[in-house]
Amino acid sequence: MLGKIHSFQSMGTVDGPGVRFVVFMQGCPLRCAYCHNPDTWEYETKSTIFATAEEVFAKVKRCKAYFGKDGGVTVSGGEVLLQAEFVTELFKFCKKENISTCIDTSGCILNEKVKKLLDLTDTVLLDIKMTNTEDYKKYVGTTLEQVMSFLAVLEDKKINTWIRQVIVPQFNDTQENLFNLYNLVKGYKCIKKVELLPFRKLCSDKYKELNIEFPFEKYNECSPKRIEEMKEIFEKISS
Amino acid sequence: MFTKNFEQWNGFKGGDWQKEINLRDFIQQNVTPYEGGSEFLQPATERTKHLMDKLNQLLTIEQHFNGVLDIDTTTVSSLTAYKPGYLDKENELIVGLQTNRPLKRGVNPFGGIKMARKACEAYGYKLSDKIEDEFQYRTTHNDGVFRVYSDEMRKVRHAGILTGLPDAYGRGRIIGDYRRVALYGIDLLIEEKQNDKREIAMGDFDADSIRLSEELFQQINFLGKLKEMAAMYGYDISEPAKNAREAIQWTYFAYLAANKEQNGAAMSLGRVSSFIDIYIERDIKNGVLDESSAQELVDDFVMKLRMARHLRTPEYNELFGGDPMWITESLGGMGEDGRTLVTKNTFRFLNTLYNLGPAPEPNLTVLWSEKLPKPFKDFCAKVSIDTDSIQYENDDLMRPIYGDDYAIACCVSAMKVGKQMQFFGARCNLAKLLLLALNGGYDTYSKTQAAPEMSVYDEDILDYDKVMERFNHYEKWICRLYINTLNVIHYMHDKYAYEKTQMALHDTNVTRFMACGVAGLSVIADSLSAIKYAKVKAIRDENGYIVDFETTGDFPKYGNDDDRVDSIAKDILHSVSTELKKTKTYRNAITTLSVLTITSNVMYGKKTGSTPDGRKAGEPFAPGANPMHNREHNGALSSLNSVAKLSYEDCRDGISNTFSITPTALGNDKESRTQNLVTILDGYFAQMAHHINVNVMNRDTLIDAYNNPEKYPNLTIRVSGYAVNFHKLSREQQREVISRTFHERV
Repeated sequence: MLGKIHSFQSMGTVDGPGVRFVVFMQGCPLRCAYCHNPDTWEYETKSTIFATAEEVFAKVKRCKAYFGKDGGVTVSGGEVLLQAEFVTELFKFCKKENISTCIDTSGCILNEKVKKLLDLTDTVLLDIKMTNTEDYKKYVGTTLEQVMSFLAVLEDKKINTWIRQVIVPQFNDTQENLFNLYNLVKGYKCIKKVELLPFRKLCSDKYKELNIEFPFEKYNECSPKRIEEMKEIFEKISS
Repeated sequence: MFTKNFEQWNGFKGGDWQKEINLRDFIQQNVTPYEGGSEFLQPATERTKHLMDKLNQLLTIEQHFNGVLDIDTTTVSSLTAYKPGYLDKENELIVGLQTNRPLKRGVNPFGGIKMARKACEAYGYKLSDKIEDEFQYRTTHNDGVFRVYSDEMRKVRHAGILTGLPDAYGRGRIIGDYRRVALYGIDLLIEEKQNDKREIAMGDFDADSIRLSEELFQQINFLGKLKEMAAMYGYDISEPAKNAREAIQWTYFAYLAANKEQNGAAMSLGRVSSFIDIYIERDIKNGVLDESSAQELVDDFVMKLRMARHLRTPEYNELFGGDPMWITESLGGMGEDGRTLVTKNTFRFLNTLYNLGPAPEPNLTVLWSEKLPKPFKDFCAKVSIDTDSIQYENDDLMRPIYGDDYAIACCVSAMKVGKQMQFFGARCNLAKLLLLALNGGYDTYSKTQAAPEMSVYDEDILDYDKVMERFNHYEKWICRLYINTLNVIHYMHDKYAYEKTQMALHDTNVTRFMACGVAGLSVIADSLSAIKYAKVKAIRDENGYIVDFETTGDFPKYGNDDDRVDSIAKDILHSVSTELKKTKTYRNAITTLSVLTITSNVMYGKKTGSTPDGRKAGEPFAPGANPMHNREHNGALSSLNSVAKLSYEDCRDGISNTFSITPTALGNDKESRTQNLVTILDGYFAQMAHHINVNVMNRDTLIDAYNNPEKYPNLTIRVSGYAVNFHKLSREQQREVISRTFHERV
């Protein structure tokens, strides 16, 4: 089986624990308004890399020496769950070599193949992109319920989970939003961390190149100061 | 062999070091390995801060005067030529300056009078008539070399194929074992040298033994001068140092003497920190020193090192940007018995970067081993992230070759302290050699027939095998010429500018390396890859010489962990190394090779026409063994993996890699950045890679510093093999640093 891959980043330090080799899969069913990787949306493009799990694993393995005790491989995208079978194959290789596995996902697909993949996944970075159903519909293209049922499976399978949310100034940088987020995630034993990520616009050029409108072009980037403030507020809410 | 028992040695554990000059044994018997963390470190005292303020004021004025505060144009620098100088006589704990005033530069014309004259003029001074007259009747190293250089040697030098050769300046890269003065005192060192000299006289005299005998005479003479120099400062160093302060002072006097005598390209310090720790531990145990005072001594020592200066021409700085001294101090590493050589004093040296602020000198070099204590690794990573002032080299790779008392000279050159030295050989421009091979020996840059003539490559599309055949032909030619050129240079350097003080602090019979180098590795690797995997069409000028290339199609690029091209880079180094070894060297030196450009990659690029990899004429090369900028598509670890494939076996003089990364690409918070940097270093070195410079900073910061220098007076960055103050680089070099690949978070 061939995976459809957008690109590789041999040194990821912000996509899961430790130093990680990141595989960006090609193709995504969602159209998030602040998406940073619009070039991964299409299921196949001219520059898509086709590779077997074994070939991808060979690349991962070349970086094993750098992983230390926490690092490993992270499969991101695009939407990793679209190619669950391929990633399962890749993770089987990783498990044999004791390399820790992680996926970065929107949680928008839940089927038997996905569940099999989760059985081989050590850490899940799960985006809770919005905190209410209307916004999910309007800005994302899936439902909050779908994501919550995905989270329930993670809880059930006791998989380490990091929740992530992008903070966009003037859009969701409110106490109310953080409060809603807290209410969504509280009580889950599988959740080890909630990461608030600053909205960045480095992707503007990609949208222009692809000739796609960037829905959140009008918003400003989230400053380091603002994101720190938001993190503090969230900490207060959760303590 | 001798039998001594100085009272200054009381409290030390005895051993072979009491019967022979044997620093390693002294350290092994007495070192206190430290496996803890940095909690014990003390901040700068008021005294230190006061002195540092004073020094900073002088540094600011120096900057205003184009980087040279003052020159003594009437005195030839030597050990006793200047009256004692002080930064603050009342408050200094460690004393000694190169001239009579801080940051004032002396003149050292032994390498070449022209260089000294030009350097004075460049800063608005005139070399005094007195010195001009004196040197009219004196042969300098430079004179000697040019008396013998063949036409061919002159041509390749002029065309920039062999560049940066130490034929007009001091060769440097020799580390005196300055610790010997502290442990044994001058008198014993003189006695030992006298014994060696007598022993030579018992055999037959031939050219080699006569030369060595005369060298010993000079060594003994200069040991005497060193003692005299110390006496001018009020110290009697005939006997061993009796406490930590004296140990540092004696060691520093020895280093200072070498610096007064030689304007060497790199004046490295060696491996002194854990040696000094033994004295500090003894003093603390005896209740005569506390932690704060120990740190104060180290701070004062390092302050002195930061004041070392040599007078050099602007052209020299174009090669070696930023007025570097390469006062390299090798820190840490492991002992052969498995104990670490990290001591509390290793931490204290790193702590000077906090107490005195970040600075390029001394060039702090951590000898990294998988087995280093974890708290030390963490502290190094933290200091790297905070100051960008450390480089790392692989102890696990070097220890099996050099033992556990080696040090780094300059950037990446390993040698056993006091037992091995090298003949510095600058480098050969490989990218340019490829162009010469295509043009049948004609150099389109200098517009001369710089190499033996052959027909110009006459087909439109470059064929890999045919190109390689030509390249190998010219490679053979240049390698032989290169060694012969270095033979001339080092014969003359020994004859007219012999390093008397430094060699007096070596064993009499030393091992010598002939340290060759290459520049433009990534350019030639990518160029050959383009020829092999894409279509490269030659574009000619009106005379039929190839001046540009049209490359169509994609090709594997060095820096992406792709064996197809990485193997080309590796093979070239192997074949250059093999070829170089075929020619006999002066004094039977062992031929070695480095992949290191310092900052000269900008200058080499300037002198090199367009290359098949798509690099245009005049554009900078990547530094050292780095992949070319913006050709890495798989992130930082793949890039490190490519460099790690180069073989240290072929490149025993070092493989330099400069790694620039933005803080956010290293992790989300301080703690994870530190941990991630540690695992990256562990991973890189586990693959037997040799060296890495670490810069953790934003490109935006550099651009801001480029535009608003006043906002960043102390911005230190690491370039290949050493640290430099960003503002001491030329504008061109600054732009090149900014254009380099930064591993950014995407």
